[in-house]
Amino acid sequence: MLSKRIIPCLDVRDGKTTKGIKFKENIDIGDPVEMARFYYEEGADEIVFYDITASSDRRDIMIDVVRRVAEEIFIPFSVGGGIRTIEDMRQVLLAGAEKVSVNTAAVHNPKIIAEGARAFGSQCIVLGMDVKKVGASRKIPSGYEIVIHGGRTYTGIDALVWAKEAENLGAGEICLNAIDADGTQQGYEMALTPLISENVNIPVIASGGAGDIDHIYYVLTRGKADAALVASIVHYGTYTIRQIKDELHARSVKVRMRW
Amino acid sequence: MVAIIDYKAGNLMSVECAVKKLGFSCCVTRSAEEVRGSESIIFPGVGAAGEAMVNLRDLGLDKVLKEVFEVHKPILGICLGAQIILEASQENDVQCLGIIKGDVKLFPRPLFSEENNRLKIPHMGWNGIHVRKSHPVLKGIMPADEFYFVHAYYPLPALDDYVIGTTGYGIEFPSIIGYENLIAVQFHPEKSGRAGLRILRNFCTWDGGYAE
Repeated sequence: MLSKRIIPCLDVRDGKTTKGIKFKENIDIGDPVEMARFYYEEGADEIVFYDITASSDRRDIMIDVVRRVAEEIFIPFSVGGGIRTIEDMRQVLLAGAEKVSVNTAAVHNPKIIAEGARAFGSQCIVLGMDVKKVGASRKIPSGYEIVIHGGRTYTGIDALVWAKEAENLGAGEICLNAIDADGTQQGYEMALTPLISENVNIPVIASGGAGDIDHIYYVLTRGKADAALVASIVHYGTYTIRQIKDELHARSVKVRMRW
Repeated sequence: MVAIIDYKAGNLMSVECAVKKLGFSCCVTRSAEEVRGSESIIFPGVGAAGEAMVNLRDLGLDKVLKEVFEVHKPILGICLGAQIILEASQENDVQCLGIIKGDVKLFPRPLFSEENNRLKIPHMGWNGIHVRKSHPVLKGIMPADEFYFVHAYYPLPALDDYVIGTTGYGIEFPSIIGYENLIAVQFHPEKSGRAGLRILRNFCTWDGGYAE
């Protein structure tokens, strides 16, 4: 049986992580390679890097980070943020990332999912979805709408429709980010996650809102998520990945316990 | 020298990084001479069976692989490389290398877990292995170790004797197969943390025999 995955997410700007690891003073907390290695050794099942570098001509800094991470950690990792073209994807994958995630670019140009899947395989292509609860309407039957620009722009696209379309186009996985829950540490968006996960045949990573192990437990069980993205809860040292996994294991969630 | 065969079937960077990290010298190559001259061979691959076979034939590497198998060089197949060593694949309905008798099957759909939950395909993520037969390449692997899988097809050797280990995902499928100096794993050891590195290290020091 597959294990549920615990995936720390690292935001990277100009080659430096934007949040440190509070409880680990002896490593360079700004270095994404060091942080990735730390989480790798702590039992992370995968790592997500999100490049928030504003300027696209500084992409080569991120490529260098990817290359150094690939030399140090031997679990899958994905890179998202600012991926707009097949060439962007190619650079990241050739530098050693297992997966690449597209978000805004796929909303503007859904074909990039199909082209990426054809060029590199579906298993490489993750669709990042930023979603806001808007209430059900004729235009948005699920009551969840796709937003871009960090939630400032509504797209008029229904989240469930988009998830299914992305699957048909060849996305291999969905990273489902509930914008309203993101950063609150008040729990994942519990209605949204099963709605998407039970209606597609590709894995869904729940993202946004993890503040307690209970939240992770619920999204992986009742929420039907295949994996849980964690950020503040591990970066701020509330829990270690080991503690999260121990607790999930004790509550009969299948997680990888030996690393 | 470990030769990592490059036949345009996916990114070999992580396999190369892992072997280097373990301290073994390796080369990523599509040269028949380099493959013949190496001590052992890693045969990786992601992507589709049909295109992989076309590329292997175009590069003449299909013959080279059979040849190095015959002269008892240790070979490690990974993922797609663990599939196209069989005779035929349901994926693209293609004839494969036929080093091991058997074929490659698509997971049945719909697929359900023991708890009757619908299982997604591809089988992607971390899963365990049930070792049926001890093998030098699996030395030190513990029952709780898990490995990273990404696949929709699985290898099904004609003889049960070739099955070294299995994995459960709706069905119990062969995830490690072996025959003489060939060992093949459906998962990605290069992405499977310490347990995966252990398998790679065991392989890089394996002489292709079965003596402990």
